[in-house]
Amino acid sequence: MSSPNIVEIEDLSFSYVAARPVLHGVSLRIEPGSVVGIMGQSGCGKTTLLRIIAGWLRAEAGSTRVLGQAVGELDGDGIFALRRKMGMLFQFGALFTDMTVFDNVAFQMREHTDLPEGLIADLVVMKLEAVGLRGAANLMPSELSGGMARRVALARAIALDPRLMLYDEPFTGLDPISLGVIARLIRRLNDSLGQTSIVVSHDVEECFAIVDYVYFVSGGRIVARGTPAELRGSGEPFVRQFVRGEPDGPIPFHYPAPGYQADLAVAASHG
Amino acid sequence: MAERALLAGLLQGLERLGRGASAKIWRLGFAARFFGYMLLHSGTAFRRFGLIVREIYFIGVLSLIIILVSGLFVGMVLALQGYETLQRYAASEALGVLVALSLVRELGPVVAGLLFASRAGSAITAEIGLMKATEQIAAMEMMAVDPIARVVAPRFWAGVISMPLLAVLFSAMGIFGGYLVGVHLIGVDEGAFWSQMQAAVDVREDILNGVIKSVVFGVAVSWIAVFEGYDAPPTAEGVSGATTRTVVTSSLAILALDFVLTALMFTGGNAR
Repeated sequence: MSSPNIVEIEDLSFSYVAARPVLHGVSLRIEPGSVVGIMGQSGCGKTTLLRIIAGWLRAEAGSTRVLGQAVGELDGDGIFALRRKMGMLFQFGALFTDMTVFDNVAFQMREHTDLPEGLIADLVVMKLEAVGLRGAANLMPSELSGGMARRVALARAIALDPRLMLYDEPFTGLDPISLGVIARLIRRLNDSLGQTSIVVSHDVEECFAIVDYVYFVSGGRIVARGTPAELRGSGEPFVRQFVRGEPDGPIPFHYPAPGYQADLAVAASHG
Repeated sequence: MAERALLAGLLQGLERLGRGASAKIWRLGFAARFFGYMLLHSGTAFRRFGLIVREIYFIGVLSLIIILVSGLFVGMVLALQGYETLQRYAASEALGVLVALSLVRELGPVVAGLLFASRAGSAITAEIGLMKATEQIAAMEMMAVDPIARVVAPRFWAGVISMPLLAVLFSAMGIFGGYLVGVHLIGVDEGAFWSQMQAAVDVREDILNGVIKSVVFGVAVSWIAVFEGYDAPPTAEGVSGATTRTVVTSSLAILALDFVLTALMFTGGNAR
């Protein structure tokens, strides 16, 4: 029996190099229709977590169920079948640079369906209209600004109406206007298309504005969870440091190093 | 004490050598597995032949200028140099034979192959490498489309198809260049030029063998180019390194394969 949750992760562990776990003991549940943020510092393991959900990386221990299927047990074809129900927005869009905006959005429709070209054209126009770029259909990706490229990538990701959307750092490197546009689109598309979304991000304000629930990842563990309002009022030191952007706290400002005195050549020779 | 340090240094060097060698062998094995996987997943490319045709345009058609111009010059130089030697033996009518055989057997496939490696091979590597660096390959996998079937295989087959055609055009252009210089500039008899060529060049022995060479070079260069691109580290440095490796490895592969193929094909004929 498939569970009602879209994503269910139980006690998951993963490491790229033996004995240096990137994730350990991670458990989370994502309900249908919700927008869930996975937040944490760069390098804390949140993108790795997203890649495990997408079936890119295989967890070493624990169970990962996505859309009712155990991702770790699927073979290549099974993963591809599962991914047809998922969409992913990459950090910088990852548009195909040798195709027009139109062809980028039409790519999956042409690869996975036998729809006639006329119908595909209509669907592409509808997807581009949803992100406000119908007029840019004939441009090449090199002619787009960063924000526009990401909106086109978003239109491409939703081309086959995925049930689960994965966003990898969708706000990075955008101007405030584009950022607001993308954030609102994520929420609006999620609600109007009946999707479920996972947003991996380290941008606190933008993320808190659109998500229903947040998991904080640090050092490969989930250290806090809750709604944005709960987390704003949280007394947990890591969450406070992260949400307020304080330079020092549980996450130290200094990278581990031997004593300062010992590293200073002049002090050592005169000491 | 000094001996111990020397021994340690030697062992370290040996270890590094061993590690380097096993890494190279591992990579060769990976390239072979990659080749096998690509061949197995070439079905999509042939079912949707338009994908290959599009790549033939980028790989083959856009290489035409450099191939045709180089072919013309190589043929003209061959005629000048060949005439110098042949006339010493009063055999200048054989100029057509010399030009045609040199081109069809050797220079056509080899020089066209070297030009193809530096013009098209490097472009294939750079394109695939940059697609990887900008996550386009990852995005394709995420859209449940196999990038080896969709991106790599069409480029490989386009290279394999284009290479012999380019070699043939190179040889044809070279013969034309030889004709221009030999007949119109130097004044070799036109009838002798063509009729001796016609009599001496064998379709199976010379032309077919030349075409086989160019097909083999096409497979080698295209394989190296797509593999280096797909295996490139996704950084600016990684892609530039991979592009250089494509040109260097392909050029060496062409020259080495040419020696082997020539030994297999033509030594029997010469002994006759």
